[in-house]
Amino acid sequence: MIETDPSTSTAAADSDCTILAFCCNFCAYAAADLAGARRMQYPANVRIVHVPCTGKIEVEHFLAALERGIDGVLVAGCLEGGCHFVEGNLRAKRRVGAAMQTLDEIGLGRERLRMVNLSASEAPTFVARIEEMVETVRSLGPNPLRASAAREESPR
Amino acid sequence: MIVASRKPIPEIKQVLAGHDKVLFVGCGTCVTVCLAGGEREVGIMSYALRMARRLDGRPIEIEQVTIERQCENEFIQELAPAAQRNAAILSFGCGAGVQAIAERFPEKPVYAALDTQFLGILEEQAVWAEKCLGCGSCVLSDFGGICPITRCAKRRLNGPCGGSTEERCEVSPDQPCAWQLIYRRLKAIGQLGNLERIVPPKDWRSAWHAGARRVVREEHRI
Repeated sequence: MIETDPSTSTAAADSDCTILAFCCNFCAYAAADLAGARRMQYPANVRIVHVPCTGKIEVEHFLAALERGIDGVLVAGCLEGGCHFVEGNLRAKRRVGAAMQTLDEIGLGRERLRMVNLSASEAPTFVARIEEMVETVRSLGPNPLRASAAREESPR
Repeated sequence: MIVASRKPIPEIKQVLAGHDKVLFVGCGTCVTVCLAGGEREVGIMSYALRMARRLDGRPIEIEQVTIERQCENEFIQELAPAAQRNAAILSFGCGAGVQAIAERFPEKPVYAALDTQFLGILEEQAVWAEKCLGCGSCVLSDFGGICPITRCAKRRLNGPCGGSTEERCEVSPDQPCAWQLIYRRLKAIGQLGNLERIVPPKDWRSAWHAGARRVVREEHRI
């Protein structure tokens, strides 16, 4: 987890929303690493989940995060055509689309989920995408599901 | 296999509006293969319904079970304790599965999560196509294994209509003309002579028009 300088983001701002970012090992995670190495600042609201490829992420992961009160989910994969596993990011794109449809049907709204594409060298792009997502989620307000605790799954 | 698709979430939410504790039952056979009502789809719908109901300020408790086949009592039996614990059942089976469960648990409301579509096959990844209407008297042997009843939009039995163009169906241009397929197939297997025979109008008495059908095999009954 890359930490930001507390002087650039107040504790209040940090706690107003939480973003979960699924970052592909071959692009966004490396870009986040580079952003850290370059001491670039971005909101501390983001929690990074390191994944081997965005194609590894399933619809259930988005829904589980949002059900537990996460305010926004960002999926950061390789540029289209540049996936290390050829088409993992394209599969993720379709899954994100399906999950967005589901979020609309639920009434939570598709805006809380977003997929972005970038390459490993694009630290400034990574920072910009995180900032944009935080901005979007702040304008949407907190996840209404955060107010009530998620029920535990019944045993199958 | 039987191909089905999931109903919209608002529709499912609507039918479950009067219940706070519901058993979601997946089916491990056809609807698992067509990605509509297997364990994963039950899980995704559970997330969706729990969230939708919490947003409405009326949380729902969901128990999930997926059985091997919903259309057989032998497997439905496993559901008895879970059915007992819940106020209602949402079945992710085909129409046969939903009804089998409803018959087995007469005191429980049983709802359908899927729209059952047709008997078909997987044509390519995540694309299913209808192949059989279940008309009760199969004509496939005469037509090279391609069903004009199911695949010709006009159900023609004596050759194509005049509307098909470029080998495409007039009614659904995204579909091939079944009669073009039949001609090619019969030519390939040296049975074009089949087309010289005039086929009389189909006897539809064996189809569903007279109500639900039954098949009885006396020699296997006990």
